[in-house]
Amino acid sequence: MSRIELKHIDKFYGDNHVLRDINLVIEDGDFMTLLGPSGCGKTTTLRVVSGLEKPQGGVMTIDGVEMINADLAYYAEPSKRGLNLVFQSYALWPHMTVRENIAFGLKIQKLPKEEINRRIQDALRMMRIEEYVDRYPNELSGGQQQRVAIARAVASNPKLLLLDEPLSNLDARLRVDMRSELQRIHKELGTTIIYVTHDQVEALTMSTKIALFKKGELSQVAPPMELYMNPIDLEAADFIGNPRINFLAGKAEKKDGKLFVKCELDSYVFPEEDFTGETIPEGEFDCVVAIRPEQVQIFEEPGEDRIPVTVYANQPAGSETLVSLKRGESEFLSKQIGLAHYDLDQQVYVSVAPEKINVYNAETTRLIKRAH
Amino acid sequence: MTRLKNQFLGVVKNPFNLVVMISLIVLFCLIVIPLLQMIAATFTVAKGELRRIPGAKVGDFTLYYWKYLVAGQMSKATLWGPLKNSLICGFFTVLVSVPLGSVLGWLVARTDIPGKKLLGMLVVIPYMIPSWCKSLAWLAVFRNKTSGSLGFLEGMGLHIPDWLAYGPVAIVLCMSLHYYAFSYIHVQSALRSINSELEEMGEICGATKPQILKSITIPLVLPSVLSAVVMTLSKSIGTYGVAANLGNRIGYFTLATKMKNFINGSPQNVGFAMSIILIALAALIIFANQRLIGVRKSYATIGGKGGRSTEMRLGKAKAPLMVFLVVFLFFAMVMPMFVLVMETFQINTGAGYALKNLTLYNWIGSSEELAPYYTSYKGIFYNSEFGKSVFNTVRLTLIASVITALCGQFLGYITTRGRGKWYGNLTEQLVFIPYLMSGIAFSTMYVAMFSKPHLGGLIPSLYGTFTLIVLTSVVKHFPFASRSGTANMMQIAVELEEAAEINGAGFGKKLTRIVLPLAKNGFISGFMLTFISIAKELDLIIIMMDKRTTTMSYLAFTYSQDGMNQMADAISVCVLLFILVCYIIANKFGADIGKSW
Repeated sequence: MSRIELKHIDKFYGDNHVLRDINLVIEDGDFMTLLGPSGCGKTTTLRVVSGLEKPQGGVMTIDGVEMINADLAYYAEPSKRGLNLVFQSYALWPHMTVRENIAFGLKIQKLPKEEINRRIQDALRMMRIEEYVDRYPNELSGGQQQRVAIARAVASNPKLLLLDEPLSNLDARLRVDMRSELQRIHKELGTTIIYVTHDQVEALTMSTKIALFKKGELSQVAPPMELYMNPIDLEAADFIGNPRINFLAGKAEKKDGKLFVKCELDSYVFPEEDFTGETIPEGEFDCVVAIRPEQVQIFEEPGEDRIPVTVYANQPAGSETLVSLKRGESEFLSKQIGLAHYDLDQQVYVSVAPEKINVYNAETTRLIKRAH
Repeated sequence: MTRLKNQFLGVVKNPFNLVVMISLIVLFCLIVIPLLQMIAATFTVAKGELRRIPGAKVGDFTLYYWKYLVAGQMSKATLWGPLKNSLICGFFTVLVSVPLGSVLGWLVARTDIPGKKLLGMLVVIPYMIPSWCKSLAWLAVFRNKTSGSLGFLEGMGLHIPDWLAYGPVAIVLCMSLHYYAFSYIHVQSALRSINSELEEMGEICGATKPQILKSITIPLVLPSVLSAVVMTLSKSIGTYGVAANLGNRIGYFTLATKMKNFINGSPQNVGFAMSIILIALAALIIFANQRLIGVRKSYATIGGKGGRSTEMRLGKAKAPLMVFLVVFLFFAMVMPMFVLVMETFQINTGAGYALKNLTLYNWIGSSEELAPYYTSYKGIFYNSEFGKSVFNTVRLTLIASVITALCGQFLGYITTRGRGKWYGNLTEQLVFIPYLMSGIAFSTMYVAMFSKPHLGGLIPSLYGTFTLIVLTSVVKHFPFASRSGTANMMQIAVELEEAAEINGAGFGKKLTRIVLPLAKNGFISGFMLTFISIAKELDLIIIMMDKRTTTMSYLAFTYSQDGMNQMADAISVCVLLFILVCYIIANKFGADIGKSW
């Protein structure tokens, strides 16, 4: 169990500035997910934490002990940091059996034989792969290899467990299984976990906190639901959520402490307590109204606060139905639970709860009005 | 201060850095310094020329050697003539071997020619035979009265003119039958790696078969063909054994053969200058090629994924192509080998295979009464020279290939783990230098370097020692060995090492517990291929040979030059068997002969 603090971490590959002033605190017992598209620096951050990469700037402490001090060119060796890592490729040593793979690090720690055996047993039992103990990695399926890799990592009782896209090589069904498995491990061991992924579903379902990366910078750190509800800028909003969030261009103006917003769908007035603290420009300015598809409710009949729109396309998919709607030049998507059917060009009525709407400053792309 | 201390500790405490540093120093000493030394020697007055250069002292700067070579009275005979001969031989060898190899590669990779597996094996066998053995086989078939004893054809009553038996035609054909393997292997693997969907797409677009061949297939394999051209050209220009066996008898010299005359004679420094010309020539060809194809080199591997390839049906062309293949294999392999083996049993070469002309004397002859018939030597199995040469060959190949293969793995480790970093690139480039040099040019450089003691006797004069021969063989095979080491190390993902690091393994433990066990198989196959390559070597070690260090290949060469053809043949048959056995063993370990140059 440990608390990790990254301060002003900078990392270059040649002239390529891959990590820009990363500041991140991971609390004891957190399941922290580093999320972002490929090439955004999340894996590099993980490797910096693990000690496999040496950043050119910044400080890192684990439980208050300095592990990295770039100014002093001090970098603690990976094995001295009390952590373990599960690689994306699993990195199981092909010339060793499952037992030997797990025992390797324990032997180096010079643990007594009984202790090693006990740890191997525990780890295998936890991952439910006891029967494969004498197999070689190439005699195991991808999912089993994955479990061995995790067993190897947890057998050393790490204070901090690092996982680098561990599920990306598994098929969709195994991935769902492993997600619950990982959540269970986190609960059972109580270990702090740093988890790297580009898959937002993984991030949203497992983490206690998500750190969203963008081009080597940290753009937002928040619990999953907060990240989903209030992405900090347009890019984050666009990245999180499937189907994608609806963006509607609009005009906004702050008057009498309230925000007046107009877009093709409707006009809204938002109270001051929903503001984010981001500075709001004087006078009228361009804004973007962002609405999650599941917040757009469709009705066949007109009614209060219902706005007439036309159906542009209709995609029933069994458990849900995606409906593309159009009002004026603006197109947006609605997600209905269950099967629904609408004719193309049919006139329907929609309503959106104003408190569920996000408003962004079009120029700075930052969130100015929160949803709740 | 702490920062500096930590930085220093960071570098010193990591054994990897130490290993890199030592290897770079060693490479520098073994490759860069000898090259510079040899270049310097061509500008320095040596003892032998003191009286020819008035007023000069030993060690003075001079342009005498270069003037002698380039603009002297003899330069037509010493440089320009042989240079022209080398270029002509190289050019025609390319002209014959590249189309031949490419067609064979295409047949095996892309068509439904029957017996492909067997064919693929047979076609590379000629490459396993050392090229100088081929020249002996050629002589066994075509020898005429000019060199004393008759060959197979002359014995059958055909008159073989000198121009066919010796000289450029013979050299070109012999080398072509050796070096076509480059084109074969290159084109074949390029074709294999091109997804045939690319061609099928052309078909869907409405292109005809010749159009597809012209605008899709050929452009895609062109880079491989070009690099085969380059390898063939640079190798054939520098080849010594074939050119000497087939050219010396009629005074036909190439740059390589002429150079050896100078190095064993005088002025030696002129020989060094010629060696520099050879190196420059090879470097020029290779760099021209890189400029020409440059980025396009990566073509062939792009389609590597999926790799579905459909065979082209040959239809009516199948029969003639099969005939072509059989005829080719017969003339390139079966007949010369048959004649070569049979000659070892003949009393008089070219006198047919009647029982009264057959003997085992060349192998096991010891009877004193028969001896005057042929030579003053006993049959090779009773010949102490032969015994010594077998011992020398085995000793040399074993020691040199163990060292080479080990170094190769280390160098490969450094290049792969340092990929994109300065030391990785530097290692790769340094290791590549011996590749530019033909065997004889390379050994010349070492002779120049080690003929006198260095560092005040710390490195003694190694001239004429077995150590020097080992050292030369090792360094010359660095490019190949490190390439096989690199390929081997590439297969070991860095993550496997990092995982060990995270589990607390230090450099030593990482190497012994993770890298070495995983590298084992690749190491063995790399070792075997190096072993074979050193076992068949002649060009590389020929100028260092003397009575004490004679290897089998050199003994065969000298016997042949002395007109003792049957004995020379018998020795080359032994070398061939030796190589074949090694190859079969190597194959068991998954070695691929296609990677052995």
